[in-house]
Amino acid sequence: MPRAFTPKVVTGNALLEGDVIYLTEADGWSRDLAEAEVLDDEAVAQLRLLDAQSRPGEVVGAYLADVSPGANGPEPTHFREDFRRTGPSNYSHGKQEQRSGTEFS
Amino acid sequence: MYRYTDFDAGFVAERNCQFRAQVERRIDGSLTEDEFKPLRLMNGLYLQLHAYMLRVAIPYGTLNSGQMRQLAYIAERWDKGYGHFTTRQNIQFNWPELRDVPDILDALAEVEMHAIQTSGNTIRNVTADHFAGAAADEVADPRPVAELIRQWSTDHPEFQFLPRKFKVAVTGSPEDRAVTAAHDIGLRIVETAEGGIAYRVLVGGGLGRTPMIGKVLHDALPEADLLPYLEAVVSVWNLLGRRDNKYKSRIKITVHEHGIDEIRRLVEERFAETRTAFTGIDQEMLAAIRSQFAPPAFEQASTGAFEAAYERDPVFRAWADANLAAHRAPGYAIAQISLKAHGETPGDASAAQMRVMADIAERFGHDELRISHEQNVVLPHLRKDDLPEIHAILREHRLATANIGKISDIIACPGMDYCALATARSIPIAQEIATRFDALKTEADIGDLKIKISGCINACGHHHVGHIGILGLDRAGVENYQITLGGDQGPDATLGSRTGPGFSADEIVPAIERIVDAYLDLREDRNETFLETYRRLGMAPFKAALYDKAEEARANAA
Repeated sequence: MPRAFTPKVVTGNALLEGDVIYLTEADGWSRDLAEAEVLDDEAVAQLRLLDAQSRPGEVVGAYLADVSPGANGPEPTHFREDFRRTGPSNYSHGKQEQRSGTEFS
Repeated sequence: MYRYTDFDAGFVAERNCQFRAQVERRIDGSLTEDEFKPLRLMNGLYLQLHAYMLRVAIPYGTLNSGQMRQLAYIAERWDKGYGHFTTRQNIQFNWPELRDVPDILDALAEVEMHAIQTSGNTIRNVTADHFAGAAADEVADPRPVAELIRQWSTDHPEFQFLPRKFKVAVTGSPEDRAVTAAHDIGLRIVETAEGGIAYRVLVGGGLGRTPMIGKVLHDALPEADLLPYLEAVVSVWNLLGRRDNKYKSRIKITVHEHGIDEIRRLVEERFAETRTAFTGIDQEMLAAIRSQFAPPAFEQASTGAFEAAYERDPVFRAWADANLAAHRAPGYAIAQISLKAHGETPGDASAAQMRVMADIAERFGHDELRISHEQNVVLPHLRKDDLPEIHAILREHRLATANIGKISDIIACPGMDYCALATARSIPIAQEIATRFDALKTEADIGDLKIKISGCINACGHHHVGHIGILGLDRAGVENYQITLGGDQGPDATLGSRTGPGFSADEIVPAIERIVDAYLDLREDRNETFLETYRRLGMAPFKAALYDKAEEARANAA
């Protein structure tokens, strides 16, 4: 029996900065997972991924990542995606630095 | 130190110019990522978990103060103010932006540095003993031949698209501080009966998914034959190497599948052809290179100030005992600067720290620095009487941790905090172990003990040759850490043996503590090291300490 489809987001790295980015419902990119479009339907998810992959000037290595619904938007279900969301453990760099300082673009 | 010729400088400038155009074409959409990726990798540029990463070659780990200062400048201007020194004696910048990378490469070229062949399926940056040219036990300085191999392998037309990456290490000392047995080719300089030098050639070593210790391909290769012989080895592997499966493509698998005797026969056959193509110009070049590695003019140095400080100051004495090594010249010492302050990221140095180390090298150390494969910095030529002052400067900048070779001098790969390939984190585990044993104040008592941590099966953290090795894996979506014991990176390199089931991130540090406690109970006396105790008693008592107590704790909790 095929495995049931679980909710996903489209993610990858920004071409210029290399930052982790997420596809939003408005077809933009956000650095914040909470703003990502959650895809509950497999066919739609595949289409959204194809959309993302057709924008190579913006994103590198787009793929679908598992999420689960949370109080403040989607939450990662695997620790790798959690680290991608938050940034490295040893310094307040990447996402943590941005959260404490500048706004997300 | 080797200085670039006009040819070298022109070559690097041309390459940077090409890459600048390639980056521009990627940004304007003329190149797809699939087209661009091999081009960026040829110039050391990866895309990792959170950002791009630029790996810069530090050939055989040798730097001068100007080069170190330029690395500091790059760290501040284009990165986040620090750099990460690696087990292959390179430096990695973890946060560059794509459009800045050509400028970074130009800045490197200003000080005769580059990122060529720090990635890709080609012959990578050649590594060497970090005490080269200074060690008391050295047969010959390995750096001239490492430089010759670099020149031979850079853009070598036959070896740009090998079955996989290819790593060469050279040591000039019987102590083998270059881990030659864990390289695709390891070269050990040996003395001949006539008083000359020759090369013991090891082949097919490597860690990773299928760890193997290199096998001796040639016991005493004459110096004049070295390059044609290396060319024959790589050429044979280039033809035989498995391109159908990247997990079986390294030369260690080729050697394993065909057997060392068959590989030797094929190499000799090919060598008969390659030898004729080498006219001797390589030996002329080697002689010219060697002249550039002439040792500094050592003075007749007194040691009175050193000895007085050693007697008077216990902090200095602890540092001197742990971090100094014997120099070939009387009155001199080799100092290792630990980049493993307790709780810090192994191998990281801030721009300010890089400048401090550069200043010390310039003022006291004949302008030489080395990066060790253990992710520390070495000042190879220091007058002993200058050491108290040097130590005081290092202390001011959190660079005087007296832990070389101790439990907190941990090799740790970047792990899942930075690396796209990693399956678990390494850095926080290293930080926690170092902090724990610092708090327990047992580090000095424990003595020599090498812990090495990898965040995935590729073993960049050399865990297989750690006295205690830790391998981070993903077990059903949770970080899990396996332990190996008894590995050794020395001249009789040994792979560690797995203890059994792994431990969660919360359990791994207490597990390491149980192993160390068992060692302290089991050792014959303070002089018996962890590795000696393990070799004497084997796995069983350590395994009992590791798992029985864990079971006890679980039972008590229930």
